[in-house]
Amino acid sequence: MTEKSACQCMEEVSEEELLARLDDVIAEYRVKPGALIPVLQIAQAMFGYLPESAMKKISLGLNKSYSEVAGVVSFYSFFSTVPRGRHMIRVCLGTACYVRGGKQVLEALKEKLGIDVGETTEDRVFSLDVARCFGACGLAPAIMVDNDVHQRVKPARIQAVLDQYLDKDAAAAANAGR
Amino acid sequence: MPTLTIDNVHVEVPEGTSVLKAAEKAGVKIPTLCYLEDVQAIGACRVCLVEVEGARALVASCVTPVAEGMKVHTNSKRARSARKTVVELILSDHCGDCQTCERNEDCELQDLARTLGIREIHYTGAKSRQMVDESTPALVRDTAKCVLCRRCVTVCNETQGVGGLFPQNRGFDTVIGPAFCSDLDDVVCVQCGQCGAVCPVGAISERDQIDEAFAALEDPTKTVVVQTAPAIRAALGECFGYPPGTLVTGKMVSALRRLGFDAVFDTNFTADLTIIEEGNELLSRLKKALVDKEPVALPMFTSCSPGWIKYIEYFYPDMLDNVSTCKSPQQMFGAIAKTYYARKIGKKPEDMVVVSIMPCTAKKFESQRPEMHDSGVRDVDIVLTTRELGRMIKQAGIDFHSLPDDKMDSPIGLSSGAADIFANTGGVMEAALRTVYELVTGKPFPFNNLHVEPIGGLEGVKEAAITFEETVPEWSFLKGVTARVAVAHGLGNARSIIERVRSGEAQYHFIEVMTCPGGCIGGGGQPRLTTNEVRKARIGAIYKEDEGKQLRKSHENPDIKKLYEEFLGHPLGEVSHHLLHTHYKPRVKV
Repeated sequence: MTEKSACQCMEEVSEEELLARLDDVIAEYRVKPGALIPVLQIAQAMFGYLPESAMKKISLGLNKSYSEVAGVVSFYSFFSTVPRGRHMIRVCLGTACYVRGGKQVLEALKEKLGIDVGETTEDRVFSLDVARCFGACGLAPAIMVDNDVHQRVKPARIQAVLDQYLDKDAAAAANAGR
Repeated sequence: MPTLTIDNVHVEVPEGTSVLKAAEKAGVKIPTLCYLEDVQAIGACRVCLVEVEGARALVASCVTPVAEGMKVHTNSKRARSARKTVVELILSDHCGDCQTCERNEDCELQDLARTLGIREIHYTGAKSRQMVDESTPALVRDTAKCVLCRRCVTVCNETQGVGGLFPQNRGFDTVIGPAFCSDLDDVVCVQCGQCGAVCPVGAISERDQIDEAFAALEDPTKTVVVQTAPAIRAALGECFGYPPGTLVTGKMVSALRRLGFDAVFDTNFTADLTIIEEGNELLSRLKKALVDKEPVALPMFTSCSPGWIKYIEYFYPDMLDNVSTCKSPQQMFGAIAKTYYARKIGKKPEDMVVVSIMPCTAKKFESQRPEMHDSGVRDVDIVLTTRELGRMIKQAGIDFHSLPDDKMDSPIGLSSGAADIFANTGGVMEAALRTVYELVTGKPFPFNNLHVEPIGGLEGVKEAAITFEETVPEWSFLKGVTARVAVAHGLGNARSIIERVRSGEAQYHFIEVMTCPGGCIGGGGQPRLTTNEVRKARIGAIYKEDEGKQLRKSHENPDIKKLYEEFLGHPLGEVSHHLLHTHYKPRVKV
């Protein structure tokens, strides 16, 4: 499953406004078969995560029981029901990555960020999760940050990877401020 | 038709038949767990694995169609050992407190372990998290006992179209339950208990109220009366080893008396009363529509089935005016017992306890609805399912088989055959037609043996039409009018009929809805396991009970006439309005 990229423009939009936009999405998709997963993906991209209000709106709009919506959301690790940081880090613990040190990479990230799996840093910059296989087994261990795959990651090089994203944010902030 | 051999027995079966069904024909019983005839064949549990010559791996026989020349071995070393491993793995993640489990000796997993000769579980490891959900009046869930067979998911989502239960999470963390592992009370749940009726283990069951019932019986300050729903007499015997379809009315009355109830009455009595009130309500709605030209909600829906009531409150709140305002027979009984009967015996409502024996779990919920207090106190105090009554009789040491036949008490125990058939799909409608036709035309109901055949049977949606050729003067506006009626059982079928009514595709005057497939005889509180074959047997017993009575029409019940003379006045009158009718409230789905 691919994740629709989160809104990068950093504009502040109220939840009511986003829920109104979600209505349009639901109206567009409700006639299509298999609409639930695409609508959830779009909603997650809009809100950054899946708030209860959005999931309930989707349940009613697509005529799917709330338990079914929840079942789908809780099945796929790419869906999140808690607010997440600006950047999502996923550490692959598939077989190849696991045997080539994925676990150590994960431990290093936990220590660096001071958070556990499924949590978000206090400054809402990074969230950490585990995943099973990005299809990059030949270059294990791999991690994904947002939509970028980083290969042959070593615990010692973690900070360098994180810095790329911190620098990007700083540049964006400077641009916005200009 | 393909021919194949199963354990060297030749069988010929229609194309598309599963290996499992073909094996039945060959006299071979393949063990199953998640499979449920007429409901679900998904190959999830892998218990029905068999070896097919030439196939790379073992196949799940419930989802493998037969092929010409197929050679199947169900009892090869490989199949046997795989099956045992599968069941051992299921057992390794099962809480296994069999001795104290409600399903002890009534458990499909226990049976399976015994049948397969499992004496040791070779696997140990983590166990799934236990969450016990006691949020609702009717049902209790225990995730530690769940085997993830998904039968409940299929009946809740497909048969009933409710969607309270769905698999949550993934892999070892999978929980079958309400959204995000919340409680049933947090999601849409109509309390019908069909989930518990199909559960092979003790993961979903009714909330057990046996101890409450014993406590009431042991309280010397209370007068404890019991009512038994029509569907109990056709199923209670199954708790004691009688085949489905055995009528045990007389033994049931004896057993209740031995348990110590001060009086044994019949919900059938108030089923007859329901017909009088509901029949008159229908006629008054028709009069408003045809004579007074007032806006009135038609078609009218029946209101006996509390799961259906909760369903329409959630899913079609804009149609609540179409539901008959009549309380269900259970609640009418409670209100009459604590007023009319209480006065007769010189008791106050608060000194009486009304216990119901119901085929239904939703009746537990219904009895706790806040509006059901019209006698001044709660009208029905304790609701036991058929299964609970079976257990209670065993706990009391009563030998059911040797009990003599006994009769229901007066004055609220006499009933017509029309009341008996409230137990099955089509029955409330037939009972209503028997009365309405005779009220309107003054002529005897013109059906062979009084049965309206098109609305009997197990088809999901049924319909019939009946024309009032002649009428008595009071109902002359109905002369020549054809009443169109429909019957649905199972909420999925109810939904399809409502959608057809809403789109204008179908037009009816009166629609009977029963929540459970087959009607109350297939209720969520009935002895397990209710298959279509069992449903047919129980329905057969109910019709036998009806046909065996002299009195077969509700309006001819002399005790009902007496109740109106002495207490109620007339149908839809002020006392009726207060005690026998109710209102409904819209509910939000999420």
